[in-house]
Amino acid sequence: MPQVREYEAAAYDVVVVGAGHAGCEAALAAARMGQKTLLITISLEMLAFMPCNPSLGGPAKGIVVREIDALGGEMGRNIDKTYIQMRMLNTGKGPAVRALRAQADKAAYHRSMKATIEAEPNLDLRQGLVERLLVEDGVCVGVVAATGARYRAKSVVLTAGTSSRGKIIIGELMYSSGPNNSLPSIKLSEDLEHLGFKLRRFKTGTPPRVVGHSIDFDQTEEQPGDVAPHAFSYETPDSAYLKDQMSCWMTYTNEKTHQIIRENLDRAPMFSGVIKGVGPRYCPSIEDKVVRFADKPRHQLFLEPEGRDTEEYYVGDFSTSMPEEVQLKMLHSVAGLQHAELMRPGYAIEYDIIEPWQLTATLETKVVKNLFTAGQMNGTSGYEEAAGQGIMAGINAALRAQNKPSFTLSRSDAYIGVLIDDLVTKGTNEPYRLLTSRAEYRLLLRHDNADLRLTAKGHELGLISDERFAQFEAKKAAIAAEIQRLQTTRLKPGQVNDWLASINAAPLKDGVLASDFLKRPEVSYQDLMQFIPLAAPLDHTITEEVEISLKYAGYIAKEQQSIARLQRMEAKKIPDRIDYEAINGLATEARQKLTKIQPQTLAQATRISGVNPADIAILSVYIEQGKIAKVGA
Amino acid sequence: MGTTITAYDTIAAISTPPGEGAISIVRLSGEAALQTAAKVYHGKNLLKVPTNTINYGHIIDPDSGETVDEVMLSVLRGPKTYTREDMVEINCHGGIVSTNRVLQLLLGAGARMAEPGEFTKRAFLNGRIDLTEAESVMDLIRAKTDRAMQVAVDQLDGDLRRLITNLRQEILEVLAQVEVNIDYPEYDTDQMTTKMLQEKAQLVLSRVDELLQTASQGKVLREGLATAIVGRPNVGKSSLLNHMMHEDKAIVTDVPGTTRDVLEEYVNVRGVPLKLVDTAGIRDTDDKVEKIGVERSRQAITKADLIILVLDASQPLTAEDEALIKATADKKRIVVLNKQDLPAQLDQAQLAALVPAEQLIRTSILKAEGVAALDQQIATLFFGGIENSQTTVMVTNSRQIGLLRQAKASLQSVLAGIEAGMPIDLVQIDMTAAWDKLGEITGDTAPDELITQLFSQFCLGK
Repeated sequence: MPQVREYEAAAYDVVVVGAGHAGCEAALAAARMGQKTLLITISLEMLAFMPCNPSLGGPAKGIVVREIDALGGEMGRNIDKTYIQMRMLNTGKGPAVRALRAQADKAAYHRSMKATIEAEPNLDLRQGLVERLLVEDGVCVGVVAATGARYRAKSVVLTAGTSSRGKIIIGELMYSSGPNNSLPSIKLSEDLEHLGFKLRRFKTGTPPRVVGHSIDFDQTEEQPGDVAPHAFSYETPDSAYLKDQMSCWMTYTNEKTHQIIRENLDRAPMFSGVIKGVGPRYCPSIEDKVVRFADKPRHQLFLEPEGRDTEEYYVGDFSTSMPEEVQLKMLHSVAGLQHAELMRPGYAIEYDIIEPWQLTATLETKVVKNLFTAGQMNGTSGYEEAAGQGIMAGINAALRAQNKPSFTLSRSDAYIGVLIDDLVTKGTNEPYRLLTSRAEYRLLLRHDNADLRLTAKGHELGLISDERFAQFEAKKAAIAAEIQRLQTTRLKPGQVNDWLASINAAPLKDGVLASDFLKRPEVSYQDLMQFIPLAAPLDHTITEEVEISLKYAGYIAKEQQSIARLQRMEAKKIPDRIDYEAINGLATEARQKLTKIQPQTLAQATRISGVNPADIAILSVYIEQGKIAKVGA
Repeated sequence: MGTTITAYDTIAAISTPPGEGAISIVRLSGEAALQTAAKVYHGKNLLKVPTNTINYGHIIDPDSGETVDEVMLSVLRGPKTYTREDMVEINCHGGIVSTNRVLQLLLGAGARMAEPGEFTKRAFLNGRIDLTEAESVMDLIRAKTDRAMQVAVDQLDGDLRRLITNLRQEILEVLAQVEVNIDYPEYDTDQMTTKMLQEKAQLVLSRVDELLQTASQGKVLREGLATAIVGRPNVGKSSLLNHMMHEDKAIVTDVPGTTRDVLEEYVNVRGVPLKLVDTAGIRDTDDKVEKIGVERSRQAITKADLIILVLDASQPLTAEDEALIKATADKKRIVVLNKQDLPAQLDQAQLAALVPAEQLIRTSILKAEGVAALDQQIATLFFGGIENSQTTVMVTNSRQIGLLRQAKASLQSVLAGIEAGMPIDLVQIDMTAAWDKLGEITGDTAPDELITQLFSQFCLGK
């Protein structure tokens, strides 16, 4: 076969490889920050595609979508344009954990994101398979596509996802493939290994899809969307809320299903040893669940529509890599699915990831400068986790292209900060999913206050328009003013005691400040307004903030106290490229770990397992004393 | 969830060597040094007094309102201090017992027990001291920090460790339940987590309370078993006292608020710390014959937990002896039949009718005979008593007590939060704090423990 000839195709500020959820955010952020950007991907039909579940959001993940929106990213706006169902989860719990989840119309989500990218002035979109990085003196200067096209760049973002040496497994069937039977990326993985990156194999999977009209929904439980309006983007008005939503449906596996699975375990690649990659604990295949939780008589399943214009239904929580024949039997044993027709079988997919401790907090690799990686390639799973990294990598690639200082978020700023810090500090031994329990300060990292936390940062980066920023400032002022009003308005027993009696609550003996009255669990902000109404009622996004700030002030204060301590540790920067071998007194394990991770702050160093307080003390003395030997210096 | 990082929190320690000098200094350093001291100090508002001032006042137990000591308190604001942090130095006058209590109150108010050398370490860390010999200091820090951790963990009795580990596991299970509820709202694990949280908090709280009660037994270990040596003049009390004093390097301190003539002296007998009551009385009677007599002994008897009654075997039993035998009959007691080196005059049958044989020890203190048996008897009485009490797990150390108190406060907040109808994800904040505090006792820090628990305990998907 003749050799493909390389040619100089074009020069960009930023090149983004891969147009999944990470790549789209990275490319849009870079372009919107004024950088001439190329987004190159294997298949344009797969742009912003959801190869697994047709939904976005949920606990922690939903908050990430809000954070992306507050930074000026696209995921929130795009889902608001294309969802078919919206639900607020955890409404019975506290404000820290309320979480929005949307069912997406997969095709519409892809089309809408593609249109946005096509319309972005500084952004070129191209189909192409990137096979090689251009690296000069340890600095990435571009990429080379399979067609021979060389794209020069000041910085490059890789978001290869599960395409990297992807391998699909269905029972005894196994073939090289990217997600959903797309073309895999083989040579790029080899190139990364040549450059010195340490890769490893992860595994994930997806359940079968069935035909909607073959489901007997009468045997399942309906899960409709919410009536009260919600949106992911702070820009989306209540008036845009979708009235005509589609439902999801709930059903269960049973003893028969489990028996089929048990009888066929020898054909399950997960158990026969065929699959070598490490799968996620939080998203186990159904065969895994049946084996590990043998005493559970049934497992919940969700039937989720994949869109408005399709009959395809996703069988949620039924992820499997059993042979197709067994998958059919398993499906047919489930109530409502007795006559289900299979549209696509479930499969497991193995792929390469870059071990994420090879990255800095900006998502730049330590191995090759000006090269950033984001998304599933870094060992995460989930569209939201990918997009959150994508926007951060895009921002930092754009800043690097302009020689500007980098941008990071701390664990107390955002779930995105928690996610990236976990990855680069601890690495991960399984596909990483964000959970609210991974955050130390979840009461401060709320769904409702993502804009308060991040809009100013987004504006400073040039990703939030002046107009939106002005609106945001007005909202902030309104919140402060209303808090001030409640903290200075007194309620008298005569005003409220009749109402308290009517709800069987203890009466007031003395007058109280409205802000203190609101701390009573039975009193909501709306209740309060019957006694001290405003001439023009405030928007619910404002009153929600007022209510949470006052009602949970005690708990918020507790978290803020511990944050103050963390921030002082974060402020202690560790200079780049320290030679830990030259620091006397460090324990051997700490020396190795510190050399490997190269933490950027003292706080980050403390989170590395195997680094003890004594090591931290020694390190901090060296930093304070400025007696640090640098590698190669 | 990590608990290993302690930089900048407020640390406290007694910084004078134990038992030397009439004044001991308790030192605080850290960002909340003033606030912490203010919680237990009655006097001027410490947050408002100028820096580098010394202030007269009292240390008060905030729970009981009891005055613990009369103190002079120095306020030293950073950065011009030894550690460059805010510091407070409390000059205590009340001797080792009340100095210990002052320290404990500070630990209860949120300070952390300083590791050995930690004040100096902070001075290094904050750039206060120029390290000309950096490497040897590194070794020092390494050694001190490692040893401190070792010591903290070694101080843990195996049973206590097991108990705390079990309590943490109880908490961990309920925390995992809360997390599942939050992160997987679509699953059928929702059956009432709040109730479980409440039950677990109550359970753990009652266990922590029990442990804190053992701290008062531990207090005996720390503060000494109040012991009175009684007997007629000239039976050998003074020699016995001298024997004990010479055997051990006794700690001598003044007692606050009283005249200096009453001394309490500390001796250590086979690991049992004895606080000898009214030793001045013994010396006085030897000087000024018969002046004080039985009446004074009676006062000492009421104050003491252990009585050592000394009789003279070379003389017949007197009415005074019999009175003392009767006065101490209900007490934990050792009857020392001294002067065995002289011809016996005491009627053994008469004595046997009054004192059970197992309480009798025959000695010649002068010739140092039988004293080992006496020491052994003291040890047996003391440790035997503890083994008989219900709990075998005992908390004795200030650091542990301080952390247990903080855990207790968090558990009380959990219950108060549930009572007030707070949502579980907020109540969880206090439950996690309790888990962290208990973990600090055992030196366990495992931030990923919870997530591992989450996945092992529940079947989750999505």
